[in-house]
Amino acid sequence: MKKRNLVAIAAVATIASTMFFASCQKKEEAPTGPVTIEFWHAMTGKNGDMVKNLADKFNASQQNYIVNPVYKGSYSDTMNAGIAAFRANAAPAIIQVYEVGTATMMSAKGAIKPVYQLMKEAGQKFDPKIYIPTITSYYSTSKGEMLSLPFNSSTSVMYYNKDAFRKAGLDPEKPPVTWPEFFDVAKKLKASGMEGGFSTNWISWIQLENFSAWHNQPFGTKSNGFDGLDTELEFNTPLTLKHFETIYKLSQDKVFLYGGRENKANPLFSSGQVGMHFESIGGYANFKNTCKFEFGVARLPYYPEVSGAPQNSIIGGASLWVFSGKSKEENKAVASFFSFLSLPETQAYWHQNTGYLPITTAAYELTKSQGFYNTNPGPEVAIKQLLNKAPTKSSMGIRFGNFNIIREIEDQTWEDILAGKVSVKDGLDRMVREGNAKLREFEQLNK
Amino acid sequence: MVQQYEFKTKGLPYLLVLPQMVIVFVFFFWPSLQGLWQSFFLQDPFGGRLLFVGLDNYTRLFTDPSYGYGESFRISIAFAAAVTLLAMSIALFLATQANKKIRFASFYKTMMIWPYAVATMVAGVLWLFMFNPNVGVIAWFLKHRLGIEWQHLLNTGQAFLLVTLAASWKQISYNFVFFLAGLQSVPNDLIEAAAIDGAGPARRFWKIVFPLLSPTTFYLLVMNLVYGFFETFPIIHQVTAGGPGKSTSILVYKVWRDGVINLDLGGSSAQSVILMVMVMALTVVQFRFIERRVHY
Repeated sequence: MKKRNLVAIAAVATIASTMFFASCQKKEEAPTGPVTIEFWHAMTGKNGDMVKNLADKFNASQQNYIVNPVYKGSYSDTMNAGIAAFRANAAPAIIQVYEVGTATMMSAKGAIKPVYQLMKEAGQKFDPKIYIPTITSYYSTSKGEMLSLPFNSSTSVMYYNKDAFRKAGLDPEKPPVTWPEFFDVAKKLKASGMEGGFSTNWISWIQLENFSAWHNQPFGTKSNGFDGLDTELEFNTPLTLKHFETIYKLSQDKVFLYGGRENKANPLFSSGQVGMHFESIGGYANFKNTCKFEFGVARLPYYPEVSGAPQNSIIGGASLWVFSGKSKEENKAVASFFSFLSLPETQAYWHQNTGYLPITTAAYELTKSQGFYNTNPGPEVAIKQLLNKAPTKSSMGIRFGNFNIIREIEDQTWEDILAGKVSVKDGLDRMVREGNAKLREFEQLNK
Repeated sequence: MVQQYEFKTKGLPYLLVLPQMVIVFVFFFWPSLQGLWQSFFLQDPFGGRLLFVGLDNYTRLFTDPSYGYGESFRISIAFAAAVTLLAMSIALFLATQANKKIRFASFYKTMMIWPYAVATMVAGVLWLFMFNPNVGVIAWFLKHRLGIEWQHLLNTGQAFLLVTLAASWKQISYNFVFFLAGLQSVPNDLIEAAAIDGAGPARRFWKIVFPLLSPTTFYLLVMNLVYGFFETFPIIHQVTAGGPGKSTSILVYKVWRDGVINLDLGGSSAQSVILMVMVMALTVVQFRFIERRVHY
């Protein structure tokens, strides 16, 4: 009788262990025919369809490799899925990671394979100079070695309601260029009967990070973190203070309307409650669909007394990272796919259909020669803003660990400032102080 | 009567509970132990570096004001208490009304129970749409008809009120079902006897019905507190995302945000261990005191 029990236990154990290891076995498929690689991404809706189209085009263009795009949820979901998969030895070949995850990916040294290295090993022709410098610098070492391939890049611009401009007696073809002009126009728009004058998305990305870069002011020490983990935030300057104090005062007069974190302020603009709004160029297509009025896209305003302004704006969006520990064939597949993605035709197609920026100058020229900007002037404003000047130490990007928490601290404190719980000065100082503590934690771990 | 059955072999019963134990171990004990383990380390998300920091993650929670943990604790308690009070009192009122002999009673009852079928996440979205300061119907009505500026994105009180309302609305249905069942089991002759003795409706309710309902009330009290503390994550996530500032960042929301979004695995694990202790304490309270005192 005992024997029978043992058999039963063994049976149960077998079933249980099969369940456990089923997931691990997926990886070990015999290599029959083309090499298949997985590409985890976070693109939904039309952009998700475009990712699939890109993969289909690549798969049809050659016989050796198959790229299989898999949607993994939001940016943070995708990153978490990648982390979990890596820890379980089941990582995909390619993963799309948003810009705030850049330092985390970089410091995961054993986990990722730098793109410049991958391309060299795979023997792919790879010239970093074909890419737009402001875009690639964000994802490169300070020596210019590209770590991840920029995929969907955007930058922040100003949207304005041309109909509202006309109604307020303003010239719809002459959007404000400097901040003082901008605030004047905002007051006039409000006075013309609008609910408010202006609003902004992404207070951290647009009004702090891009604001600093556009004025060629450092956001943090050590070239915004590019030159070392011992970087410190230093954006609580008199310039930022003046800017935020002006916006705070205008919020008291309801000239500035707060619409929420991230991109939640969009309805304020598309419903015509405010006449000017700051948002990513990635939102261009969305506004084309939702705005029942004529709108224009303009460069970010700047303070004329700052010498060197305007410099260039910085990007947001995501890039493609390659996981390490893959076979040579798989790496070759990735390299081949990356070369395909960098082709002018591929980039022009992606750019024109998603609103994200082209990553190569050739793709920009191609799009221009195709006459795309005649009917869609908005995206060109963004590209020109990026290309305005060669990037400096203060405008090539931001490289911080724990960046997501730092942005969260900025968002929360900005709400406390607007609610009058903390003065603008104390608020900015708090952002810097608490953000620095998070930078130190990251440094402690990654020394 | 209940028949006692004895297994002939010693091993068989263990074998029969084994699948269940495997599930409990894999999905409950193993993650809990991992959480406990991780709470003593600072960790690179990819598992590359592991830095033992002892109780640092815990002391940071309680000593670093910028971490906002004490504040989160206070908010969670206020929130759970407000949701419990609101959801239970409204449900009790509605249950007493629905328990009367009225026309379409079963129709009302069905309608009352309906919100419970709505997923918590969807409930959050519904309330958010109605009160969205930019495009919400109720926000517009408040502003243009009543002159109340609704801006829960910046106004802490309004944000708290909104999440409390949304969370309570969802829970009222649940409470309603239990209260209604409780009311129907109150013997009618007791109430009639009291009526004959000259007790008015209010007196009858507080002196007879309410005490007889106490088992239900106690049970719901625990369930509502648990709901308020641990199951309202989707509402917070949808409606306020913890804002404005950190003013609606309850414990379960913070633990998720710090761990999943901000990848602070050590700090998040320490928080989850504290939550675990709280759940244990609540369970002990329920079994030790409430189950013993209250007769079903």
